[in-house]
Amino acid sequence: MAACALLTILTTAGILYVLLFEAFQFFSEVSIVDFLTDTQWTPLFADKHFGILPLLTGTLLTSFIAIMVALPIGLTIALYLNEYTSPRFKNIIKPLLEILASVPTVVYGFFALTIVTPFLQTIFPSMSGFNSLSAGFVMGIMIIPYVSSLSDDAISAVPRYIREGSLALGATRFQTAFKVIIPSASSGIIVSAILAISRAIGETMIVAIAAGQQPKLTLDPFVPIETITTYIVQVSLGDVAHNSLEYRTIFAAGIALFVFTFLLNNASYYLNKKLEKKYV
Amino acid sequence: MSNRFEKISRFKDSSFKIFGMFCTFFGLAMLAIFISSIFNEGISRISWDFITSYPSRNPAKAGILSALAGTLWIIVITALAAIPIGIGAAIYLEEFSKKSRLGKIIEINITNLAGVPSIIYGLLGLEIFGRMMGMGGSILAGSFTLALLILPIIIVATREAIKAVPSSLREASYALGASKWQTVKSTVIPSASSGIITGIIIAISRAIGGAAPLIVVGALAYVPFVPTSPTSEFTVLPIQIFNWVSRPQAAFLVNASAGIIILLGITFLLNAAAVYLRIKRSVKY
Repeated sequence: MAACALLTILTTAGILYVLLFEAFQFFSEVSIVDFLTDTQWTPLFADKHFGILPLLTGTLLTSFIAIMVALPIGLTIALYLNEYTSPRFKNIIKPLLEILASVPTVVYGFFALTIVTPFLQTIFPSMSGFNSLSAGFVMGIMIIPYVSSLSDDAISAVPRYIREGSLALGATRFQTAFKVIIPSASSGIIVSAILAISRAIGETMIVAIAAGQQPKLTLDPFVPIETITTYIVQVSLGDVAHNSLEYRTIFAAGIALFVFTFLLNNASYYLNKKLEKKYV
Repeated sequence: MSNRFEKISRFKDSSFKIFGMFCTFFGLAMLAIFISSIFNEGISRISWDFITSYPSRNPAKAGILSALAGTLWIIVITALAAIPIGIGAAIYLEEFSKKSRLGKIIEINITNLAGVPSIIYGLLGLEIFGRMMGMGGSILAGSFTLALLILPIIIVATREAIKAVPSSLREASYALGASKWQTVKSTVIPSASSGIITGIIIAISRAIGGAAPLIVVGALAYVPFVPTSPTSEFTVLPIQIFNWVSRPQAAFLVNASAGIIILLGITFLLNAAAVYLRIKRSVKY
């Protein structure tokens, strides 16, 4: 059984080994300065550029849109369920919300491409068929339950007496929620936001289907872009020879993705540990 | 305090209540709109032929037989690999190494693994299983990759379930003279079983929807045969849907809708089973 547990360590070691090994070979051919500063990503073209920035902005743009959808809605849900409704209602609603996270992401991608984009095009006629706005929006809906359930944990952990103290002073539930509960639960809410961002950054199928495959350094949500994950999928579907430089680009892109999510996950882990100590 | 101020506060309070209700149902309403439009588009395409045909260039003749068979293969082997390892690891962490340094390290590591994007697991599988172990883009390589992906889910769920077993049961077993291992095997695990099964179901449903890691490992987009062994090449339902979505002809979008209805049917059934088990369990103690 110890071997089973050790397999998880081996998995991490394997991920690090694979990414570092291939990326090391990649960076022996491409300078790391170019990788971090070049504004073009065209490894599959004749005129090759290896700047990760366009993929990175694409990834951050879709993630940002997703968070702008999921954070206000998820946090409001958590406040509403805790401060305004009965525990019974909450117990019914929570599994329902979990449905949103259980839908396969390829399905969300289809929604974004065939329903949300055509709808948004009636409002913004200049919008392209592939864009980061509808991909980000649908991704935001998908991560609502992550934000709401993690914020809910943080809000439920606020001791009763703090809440009751505020209500006893004549504050409304709204005032209690925003002036007392949110500040007390703030680090837990930040944890939920960080984990949601990390989830959005690693999301693949939605953006691969709906956001396009054109690495472009832009913050315009109406035009096609490409995320790191989409690029990896694009290369995997194509015919790229093993051991070629093109093949190694997906590991270089992968390591950028891994570093980002790793930092975010660890930040949330330590914040969470700090939070646990707070009211003990 | 002026009357007007109080009125504004109360107005804000009730507005937020309405807004809260709106937010709670916003996502679900969106999903309902999405799904109903998918049904509209795809339900007429679902037929026995659709389920028993191979993919084809002709959208009207194309079906999901090879994708369904691939999904079934993948799920069975993923489950066979992930379940024993996941439960074993959870028992070790919860019962035998709780206070040890190694246990702590493994725990942090599992939290980290749970947050690694699925596509990174794909890169791991491509290199380790596909190339180093020579499995290529086979069912085996895909299954092992997904097994690693869902392992943290199974471990965390199993640990939660073991933690929820009342200590009275455990102590009664010790009092009867049972050893630690006997107690775990005959008392703790049976009592925790419904929680463990819930976790397994959720993990499996995650694996069924997982397209990205399998694409990276080398699953094919066009498979006109039913895989006959774990070393066969394969495709799965989400990849078949992705392939249809990426085609320009509108007729393939109808196929994609029909495929989605079947994929969602499987996912929702599994999740409903998990929720049912969870409710039953919460009544138990």
